[in-house]
This record gives sequence, C-alpha cells and structure tokens, in this order.
Amino acid sequence: MASLTNRAKVLEQKPMSFMERLYLPAIFKGMAITFSHMFKKKATINYPEEKRPFSPVFRGLHVLNRDEEGRENCTACGLCAVACPAEAITMEAAERKTSEEHLYREEKYAAKYEINMLRCIFCGLCEEACPKDAIYMSETFAPSNFTRKGFIYAKDELLIPNPVTDKEKYEIAKGLREAQLKNK
Amino acid sequence: MITMDLLAINFSLGLEKLLLIGAIITFSLIVAMYTTYAERKVAAWMQDRRGPNRAGPFGLLQPAADGLKLFFKEEIIPLTSNKTLFVLGPALAMITAMLTSAVIPWGSSIELFGRNISLQIADVNIGILYVFGVVSMGVYGIMIGGWSSNNKFSLIAAVRGASQIISYELAMGLSLIALLMMTGSLSLKTIVQQQMEGGWNIIYQPLGFLIFLICVFAECNRTPFDLPEAENELNFGYHQEYSSMKLGLYLFAEYVNMFISSAVVSTLFFGGYDIPFVDETALSLSLGANTVALLGFAALFAKILFFLFLFIWVRWTIPRFRYDQLMDLGWKKLIPLALANMLITAVVILWLNK
Repeated sequence: MASLTNRAKVLEQKPMSFMERLYLPAIFKGMAITFSHMFKKKATINYPEEKRPFSPVFRGLHVLNRDEEGRENCTACGLCAVACPAEAITMEAAERKTSEEHLYREEKYAAKYEINMLRCIFCGLCEEACPKDAIYMSETFAPSNFTRKGFIYAKDELLIPNPVTDKEKYEIAKGLREAQLKNK
Repeated sequence: MITMDLLAINFSLGLEKLLLIGAIITFSLIVAMYTTYAERKVAAWMQDRRGPNRAGPFGLLQPAADGLKLFFKEEIIPLTSNKTLFVLGPALAMITAMLTSAVIPWGSSIELFGRNISLQIADVNIGILYVFGVVSMGVYGIMIGGWSSNNKFSLIAAVRGASQIISYELAMGLSLIALLMMTGSLSLKTIVQQQMEGGWNIIYQPLGFLIFLICVFAECNRTPFDLPEAENELNFGYHQEYSSMKLGLYLFAEYVNMFISSAVVSTLFFGGYDIPFVDETALSLSLGANTVALLGFAALFAKILFFLFLFIWVRWTIPRFRYDQLMDLGWKKLIPLALANMLITAVVILWLNK
C-alpha cells in the first residue's frame, strides 16, 4: 500500500539484545537520571512567602473606579453586562439626586452592581466595553469562600476606596501596575 | 553445676537485655519515623519539588504531625469483617517487623559499670535461620489483614502478597546458601567478625548480593514489587479497610521492615559494624573499646542509611512490575541464577581447599 505522506516511518521491532533483556543497565541509567534531578533547580516555590510576579496584562478581580474627587465613574449604561460572555454582571440604574453630586460623577449611577465571580471567566471584555473607565481588572484573584453566595460580589466589595477620604488604601488598590507604568 | 548455672535467673543480665531491647525498638521506631520524612523529601527532590517544609524547621516535625493525625482519626472496624483477625493483622505486621532486630549485632560490645555488654540482643547460633523464620511470618500480617477485611481488593492483595513473598523467599534462601558455604556459620556475629578479618562478603558474592537485594525489595513490598498495595489498581490493597492507627501500624511496619532489612543486608554483605579500612583492635588500644564500639555502630548506621536511601531511590525511579513479570523474574530468573551462584561457589571452595 502506498503511504499517504512521505513522513511515514517503518516501526522497528527487533528482538531485544541480551544487554537490554538484563534490564539492569537501563535501571541504573534511570536511577542516575533521578539522582541528577535531586540537585536541579526546583520547579516549585515556597508559595505564601514567595510569590511569582504576575504578567502586566494579568486580569484579576474587578474594581469599580472613582475619579480623583472620589465620585463613582459608573453610569449604569449596561455595556459591560452586554459584553460579558458569561453573563456574570447584573446592575440596576438610578437617577442622581441634587444632594448626591459629590457621590456620582454623572446624572445616572448604578444603585446595584453585582458580579458573580463563579460565572466570570476573567476575559476582560467588560473592561474593554466600558466607555467611562469605570471598571477595570486588578492584580489579585478571588479568594476562596465556603458558600456560593460569597462569590457574588456587590458594590461594597468592588468599589475602590475613596481617594479623598482614604488616600492610602486607594493607592494600594490602584496597585503596582500604575506605579510600574509611571516608572517607565 | 552447669545445669544449676543455666537454671539460675540472672537478673542483671535480664535487666541489661531488657534495656537493650527497649533502646533498639525505640531507635528503630524513630528511624522508621524519619524514613517516612526522608521518603517524602527525596521523592520531592527527585521530582524537582521541595517536599514537606511547613511543620517545624525544614518540616522536621512532619512525621510527628502525621502520627498525631492518624491517632485522631476515627477507628472503623467494618461490620462484616472478622474482628479478632482484623485487629491482629496490623499487630502481627509490626511484631514480625520488630522481631528480626533481635539477632542483628548492632555493635561489638561496650564496658559499662564493670559489665561487658554485647550490643546484640541474642547471639543465636542459627541467626540467619531465625531471620528467615520471622520474615516468613511477616506474610501473615498481610494475609490476615487482607482476609479479615472481607473485601475483594484486600483479598486479591493478600493472595498476591502471599505468593510473592513465598516465591521470593526461595531465591533469597538460595542466594544466602552460597554465602553460608563460605562463612560456615549461621551466627550473624561470627559472619561480621569474619568480614572484619577477611574483607566484606560483597567482594566474594556480588551476584548473591544482587539476588538477595532484589528479594529484600520484594519481601518489603517496595516498588517495583509493591503489588500487594498497588494504589492505582487495588486501592491500597490489604490495608484498604483500615483506618486510624491500625493503618498507621501497617504503613509503619513497612518502614521498620525497610530499616531492619537494610541492617541485615549491611551485616551480611557490607561488614556490619566493621569500620572500613581501619583495624579495630589497634584503634581500641588508643581510643578505648567503648569509643570504637560506638564508632562501629555509627559505621553500621551509615551503611543502613545508604540502603534506606537506595530503597527510596529505587521506588521513585522504577515503575511496578506486572504480576506475570514478577513471577517470571522470581521463578525463572532469580532461582536459576541463585542455583548457579551456589554451584560456582561450591566448585571454587572445593578447588581452593584441594
């Protein structure tokens, strides 16, 4: 039968030689290999003490952004929810009252904003869809939880700390990425 | 007069032996404990990992944590099991593992409180026969455990273990006959003393050593001969139904077995407590007999540690045998080889004595 490609290889099935049938040389060779591995660089690290740096494009937990005056950026337009392929985002819009101008940047805001971290696939499409720079993905990942309910993150867990009242925590939440970008 | 002397109970000798037994059992248990640690650590290193390093410095308290965990686990005796035998199984495994240590000479002898204390519990003149007897009893631990669990996997494991140990015991015995023809004595102490004068037996019996070593691996149920416990095909085999410290005793017995077998191999083929390239009698004149005895014990311990490492090393290198390959190796390869080795040794001995 003609072979379909010219890459076909005839399998060699010679009977094993005496040295091969002894097995011991092969066993010693294997033992030499395992022994040499004892002195090789370890593939694992001491995790909680040492941490591997994330890549600069790592997509972690979501953060709802505020502007420099501490007002929420989100206008509850719903583009992120539409863009989300996993349908992990739900929100309810509300109208800003005159007394709330220091809380929300525009007339409309998200009264309820929830992300189900069990549904989320961390694709980052919400971040790309947002016209107001209101949602972006941070460098941490969702911690474990005992209940499914605990994975539904509401606004209080997603919002970044207020840069006016809580500057220190805001800087931490902004993360290393900003600092690295500034240094470059 | 002689009969009177034999019948009289020598209390100080009894106390001395009792203390020695206590010391040796404690020592073997501690070594077995840290062999489990070494096993995990070496396995990790060979797989480019780090191994246990959370409990204590370098994870040194890991064996204690493991033991404590086993003690706190719930003790389950299956409803359909034979309860007496079920409890007897692990106890027997542990007892037989310990019993062998009685005839091994752990060192020459030390002088304490004006007494000459031999570092051997019993210098039986049929030491090797005793070792064989006790080792064959070890199969009962597996058999009883597997049978009384009333579980198919355990039963298969028990049958496998029994046939494996019986098959490899033959080759083991035959490989040692060649050695015994050379030494002319069954006492382990005499064998060590002969090696101190005439060089280690490994030089004269390399093939016998190889066969004996392979059989020791099989007797200890270590990879590549761990068919009775085969995790992935028999679900841990004969100790599948065991929980808590009964399981712990089984696992521990394996490590004690490893330790004792390493001691037997070092005693028979690697000069026991002989310090290599050193004349002990000359050294004891300058350093004192006690120091030399302790150094001898250290030498034996170093040899044992090497063999323990070998056990672990082989385990993390070679995959498990298939059952027919195991039987093929035992009956068709090792036994004829051992017989040939015996024949050659006999011919050479006759030749030299002519």
